[in-house]
Amino acid sequence: MSETSPDTYNYKVVRQFAIMTVIWGIIGMSVGVFIAAQLVWPALNFDTAWLSFGRLRPLHTNAVIFAFGGSALFATSYYVVQRTCQVRLFAEPLVKFTFWGWQAVIVAAAITLPMGLTSTKEYAELEWPIDILLGLVWISYAIVFLGTVAKRKTSHIYVGNWFYMAFIITVAVLHIVNSAVVPVTLFKSYSVYAGTVDAMVQWWYGHNAVGFFLTAGFLGMMYYFVPKQAERPIYSYRLSVVHFWALIATYMWAGGHHLHYSSLPDWTQSVAMVMSLILLAPSWGGMINGMMTLSGAWHKLRTDPILRFLVVSLSFYGMATFEGPMMAIKTVNALSHNTDWTIGHVHSGALGWVAMISIGALYHMIPKLYGKASMYSIKLINTHFWLATIGTVLYVAAMWVNGILQGLMWRAVNQDGTLTYSFVEALEASHMGYLVRVIGGSFFLTGMCIMAYNVWQTVRSDSRAPVLTSPTA
Amino acid sequence: MTDFWSIWISVITIAVIAGCFLLVTHTRKSEIHKETTTEVLDHSFDGVEELDNPLPRWWFNMFMITIVFGVVYLFLYPGLGNYKGYLNWTSYNQWEEEMAHAEEHYQPVFSRFAQLSVEQISNDQKALQIGQRMFANNCALCHGQGGVGAFGFPNLSDSDWLYGGDGATIETTITNGRNGAMPPWGAVLGEEGIRNVTSYVLSLSGQEANAKLVAQGKVTFQSTCVACHGADAKGIAALGAPNLTDNVWLYGGSFEKVSHTIRQGRAGVMPAHKNLLNQDKIHLIAGYVYGLSH
Repeated sequence: MSETSPDTYNYKVVRQFAIMTVIWGIIGMSVGVFIAAQLVWPALNFDTAWLSFGRLRPLHTNAVIFAFGGSALFATSYYVVQRTCQVRLFAEPLVKFTFWGWQAVIVAAAITLPMGLTSTKEYAELEWPIDILLGLVWISYAIVFLGTVAKRKTSHIYVGNWFYMAFIITVAVLHIVNSAVVPVTLFKSYSVYAGTVDAMVQWWYGHNAVGFFLTAGFLGMMYYFVPKQAERPIYSYRLSVVHFWALIATYMWAGGHHLHYSSLPDWTQSVAMVMSLILLAPSWGGMINGMMTLSGAWHKLRTDPILRFLVVSLSFYGMATFEGPMMAIKTVNALSHNTDWTIGHVHSGALGWVAMISIGALYHMIPKLYGKASMYSIKLINTHFWLATIGTVLYVAAMWVNGILQGLMWRAVNQDGTLTYSFVEALEASHMGYLVRVIGGSFFLTGMCIMAYNVWQTVRSDSRAPVLTSPTA
Repeated sequence: MTDFWSIWISVITIAVIAGCFLLVTHTRKSEIHKETTTEVLDHSFDGVEELDNPLPRWWFNMFMITIVFGVVYLFLYPGLGNYKGYLNWTSYNQWEEEMAHAEEHYQPVFSRFAQLSVEQISNDQKALQIGQRMFANNCALCHGQGGVGAFGFPNLSDSDWLYGGDGATIETTITNGRNGAMPPWGAVLGEEGIRNVTSYVLSLSGQEANAKLVAQGKVTFQSTCVACHGADAKGIAALGAPNLTDNVWLYGGSFEKVSHTIRQGRAGVMPAHKNLLNQDKIHLIAGYVYGLSH
């Protein structure tokens, strides 16, 4: 391919991020399976500090959300924005910096988190020097993406790009505000916020990381790869406008539901609950638009496992975005809070929605990036699909059962007003669920390894197909 | 909060909800197609085209229902700045009501046992059951299920007591807590002194130790340690200083552990429970703990 003409697409960076998505996926999910196993067999700590659950859990979350999910978003957004704007990425040096800078942040996370260097803010554990690098990478990303959209050759901005833009701009704001600290040493800092305010800022960040990183970003992905793979037009432009604006306006308010029945003022909790409920319809707008786009192409599901990944991801998205508002209702939250139900909810989103749509998008994109007619083996994609689906169902079902069981056991009261169960009894009762979770997680991880093999074979195969590196009329 | 913030919060909350309402109703009104269409819009992106289908009716209705729910909720409950809500509900009120309810229903159960002594409670099956459950949720975290203890946390099921094992003392310990302080002697004694005293301490409970070191350690012990542990090294309950002759160890009885204790000191804390549980409950727990070793 020629990279000299200014109008040909930059696929190099897309390939780099696409391959790293698979690699980080395997690493992040391996850590997840390992710490899940520690909850079944605590001896797997090996009495080693850096192998303990408390150190590896943030490594797992950072690796799957930011390394795996982040690389998938970079890869697809760079691919989609070039093809839907019909121009090459803006600011070549910054493009390179986003790739290498992002990888550096991830490697730094993989070193510092097991060492116990942490800001203790969930999903924002990285210490301040790494946060600064991350901030620079993200601002560069914004310049590249917005710059590319600005020089587009199409009259409109495609809906997928609205979602990508909302994701990029908001994550920059969230990261910078929540990571504001007073550094004490090179790897130690204190938050500039205190007490309840700090908790609220943290969950404003935390919930919008879900809303903008894991939802808006991946909706951007959905809006391109679903119609592309199904070869059908988007169901409703009108619906995409409404649900986009309603989604970004209401998500911002929902974070307080993480702090129900805490020292957060009552009014803040009420507003967070109301906005979380109003969020249901805007969230489902994306699912409806995706599902209805597929509606003329149901027969393709029989032969196309990539499309199956996309459909199942939309189903899990719909389920998780229904479950979320329900869990934000205070009386439901009183049961679900601090239980494994929350973990199950997050993973129906993370495995079912985020990972599945990314996997589908990668299978669509990789042959095109490397100039191959198709993936090396469609059969293996199908195997991957079933491993991922069964794995997710096992995981989520195990955590539902555990969560409701824990919630009910914790609140059970005897006739004399004393608690019926001690904490450890609820923990013992959760053992089976933890075992099922390890099995489910292993299924999902095995699928990722099969994907890696399939991608490797595709890249090195002799098959040749034209690479579409510039716009077609 | 000040009026400014109250108004600010109210205005932007209402603006977002009203904005959603207007956005969705306006988009519905301006629909070009009222029925499902196959007519694509005039722009396409990399081959992706868009239809302009109407908003699904059920989806529109669902959106409206959540908005109505939100408005009603913010009328009934605190949410809009300083507005207290029609129901005058606060989480603090709710907590007080639940506590009053619990007090009313459960206090008679506990009061019945108040006139029994701790020792008598340990013979009452019903009281023991209640005590056991409260122990499991309040004490077992440190002392273990059944009070068997752990490193640094005393075993409550043997008959070795730091502060005394009669009912009244156990109840005092739970009510007011205890601070067990063994000062660090490393700087005073030096490594050699620590080795000698450790040898002597081990010999007190019949463990093997170098006779020469034991003799030297004994001299140091008599001048330094007797103030708390007593001349016979059997401990002083009033200070919570442990008996060193019985081979029961709170922080381990190996040479390494004992010398660590002497060098660095130890700080054992039993938290006071008088502000966490009422006296009738503490009374029942004391009865359960007493029963563990009687």
